[in-house]
Amino acid sequence: MKEIVNMQGKACPVIANHIKVALVGQPNVGKSMLINSVSNSHLHVGNFSGVTVDKSEVLFDHKDYHFTVVDLPGTYAFTDYTIEERVTHDYLCAEDYDIIINVVDSTNLEKNLQLTSELLTMSKKVVIALNMSDEADKEGIEVNAEYMSELIGVECIKVSAATKLGIEELIDAVIRNYENDKNESKLIFSEAVEEEIAQIVWYLDKHKYEAKNSYRNIAINLLKNNKKTYAKLHDNPIWTELQPILIEASSHIELHHSSDDIKEAFAEEYASFNRGVVAEVVEQKKQVEKKTLTEKIDNVLIHPIFGIPIFLFFMWSLFQLTFEVGAVPMDYIDAFFGWFGDAVGATIPNDDVRSLIVDGMIAGVGAVVLFVPNIIILFIGIALLESTGYMSRVAFLLDGFFHKFGLHGQSFIPLVTGFGCSIPAYMSARILKNDRDRLLTLFIIGFMSCGARLPVYVLFAGAFFSPEMAGNILFVIYISGAMLGLIAAKVLKLTAFKGADEPFVMEMPKYRLPSVKLIWHTVLTKTMMYLKKAGTFIATASMLIWFLSNYPHNSILEEDYAYKIENAINQEEKVHFENSLSTDLLEQSYLGRIGKFSEPIFAPLGFDWKMSVALQAGLAAKEVVVSTLGVLYALGADVDEENNSLINAISKNISFPSAVAFIVVIMIYLPCLAASIVFTREAGGIKYFFYLLFFTSVAAYGMAFIAYNITKMLM
Amino acid sequence: MKTLLDCKKACRVKVLKLNAARELKQRLISFGIMKEAEIEVLEHAPGKKTIEVKVGKMRIALRDQEAELIEVEKL
Repeated sequence: MKEIVNMQGKACPVIANHIKVALVGQPNVGKSMLINSVSNSHLHVGNFSGVTVDKSEVLFDHKDYHFTVVDLPGTYAFTDYTIEERVTHDYLCAEDYDIIINVVDSTNLEKNLQLTSELLTMSKKVVIALNMSDEADKEGIEVNAEYMSELIGVECIKVSAATKLGIEELIDAVIRNYENDKNESKLIFSEAVEEEIAQIVWYLDKHKYEAKNSYRNIAINLLKNNKKTYAKLHDNPIWTELQPILIEASSHIELHHSSDDIKEAFAEEYASFNRGVVAEVVEQKKQVEKKTLTEKIDNVLIHPIFGIPIFLFFMWSLFQLTFEVGAVPMDYIDAFFGWFGDAVGATIPNDDVRSLIVDGMIAGVGAVVLFVPNIIILFIGIALLESTGYMSRVAFLLDGFFHKFGLHGQSFIPLVTGFGCSIPAYMSARILKNDRDRLLTLFIIGFMSCGARLPVYVLFAGAFFSPEMAGNILFVIYISGAMLGLIAAKVLKLTAFKGADEPFVMEMPKYRLPSVKLIWHTVLTKTMMYLKKAGTFIATASMLIWFLSNYPHNSILEEDYAYKIENAINQEEKVHFENSLSTDLLEQSYLGRIGKFSEPIFAPLGFDWKMSVALQAGLAAKEVVVSTLGVLYALGADVDEENNSLINAISKNISFPSAVAFIVVIMIYLPCLAASIVFTREAGGIKYFFYLLFFTSVAAYGMAFIAYNITKMLM
Repeated sequence: MKTLLDCKKACRVKVLKLNAARELKQRLISFGIMKEAEIEVLEHAPGKKTIEVKVGKMRIALRDQEAELIEVEKL
């Protein structure tokens, strides 16, 4: 109601002129894109099944009407099998709305009409949007929209979300249909079914059964075993007589279709009606080439031998780009924050406040912002995979492999998304229909190193390897994380998630050129999210860590060292004392005490207390690991101009085996707080969070222990 | 009895029967795989674990287990 009130001043004061539209269609027909061009809103539009999982609402005004368009998840048929289908089905059956816009793909009409014919048997007003009509033109497919409207009894409007063709006409048609009475659709079944329908209609008519819907509609629903219609009639006295008629009717239809499944029989009925419609209204003008572009591309990309190497090459290139190109602006960002810190510091007279702002906040945020270029490149790569349709091909190629580990080919989509950020990954796991498969995937997503862990890896790779090697090391880290994830999946599948597999039936959408606007939008949103986190959460956390590492002050220690420094015989000794002062001060600070307290736990992994603290801070967010190390080592490091970068501090202070163990823990242990919350929500209960906590902690500790000792032996 | 799994690449077949359980059958039907439907086999994934078929204008990926439940005859 609030929106309506808010918008009253804009165009029209009457609430009655409010049209609520349900936007329904099969996946990949361009629904979200259509809503974009209708209202200029910005929903994420993707090219693999399952982008719109939640229904989203868009509001806009047109002529004298307020429109609310509800974009329902794509659904192939009117069933309850998947979450998307359930959301859509429940909405269409139970919610209050005025009219349905059924979006169909003009280039694949027969398939799309399957859903349409089911919508037509509902007692709702429907307008059909023949979307992608520009593509249909290109492919030489001509759809006679007027004739089609006449044949099925509802308005069909040619539109194209891409070229914004026919959008105005579509909205006008919605208004026209809203203002007029509903037309009965002209969907007709085979003679056998029509006979049975007539029989039931006749019976309902004889008894003057009172209902909102037409008798024909009720009869069809009864024959289709619609639960709600059954429930309604079940309590009516005519039921006792109606029931035997229904049973006989159903068995006639089943006999006619030689099937024992009435739903299958109806699906065949719809299919033959649709074939008839398509034969009448669609004209294939020019003979299409034997192979479409998509098929040609598929010949290469899903080739039985070359497919997987090509995929691995794409992934490898993505990581190389992330590191190589991403490194270019890093120096500038680093220099900027150094300059900015000095400039701000010069204006603050108080020592403590200056240290808080410069060493705490600016240094902490700077350490995080440093990685924005890397993250942008990674996000662009993932958005490209998504929007071109390549992601589904990868699922096809990898299902055989994934299946061995108890995962589903489609698990690949959330898992790869996990390389960007765990949060959307957890959410995209909804494309897995089977609860067990989904839970298993949710548990494994954390093994796919998210963008926030990248800074840690980049830091350590930079500290221990030459710049030429760093990209390869990064690739190895990501791949071994993924491998560990697969092994963990197998272990979980054999123990906690035993049971039958979910069937693998998936559409392979057409390849589409990614829209620059769309990629820009996705990357911008995600980067802004990252920066926002840097500005708020991480700035606060850095300040907190700065406080913990600077307090309490120890005046005895300070005076003691002040004396020593003053009496130092040369510059070298002076620097030495200054360094050991800051180290000693840090050790007795609150942070030092926490680190010291937990040090024995992490000692078998070769971590000093600073690393222990950084890991614990990383439970809040992985970006904090780097900023914590920054604060901890910057304070304890040489004041010398040449060695003051964090990378040098790390390669100097941390042994190689400890660094390996540290990376392993980062790879495996619990993702950030926000991701944990999303995980708990998606898994469906707090108990799963504790399972995850236990599972990841044990795995991280165990693997790090092994890695530490193996590396030590090899060195 | 010939199933979709037995078909070679580029083979065109007509569906005779779906031997799947109710849920999977609904799923297949919603993708257009039903009696009388014409299917073309496009590609096999490594090890024939997954196959890609074309029904109408739609490309669909299936696992070997599911393809085995679809009875077909050659066109």
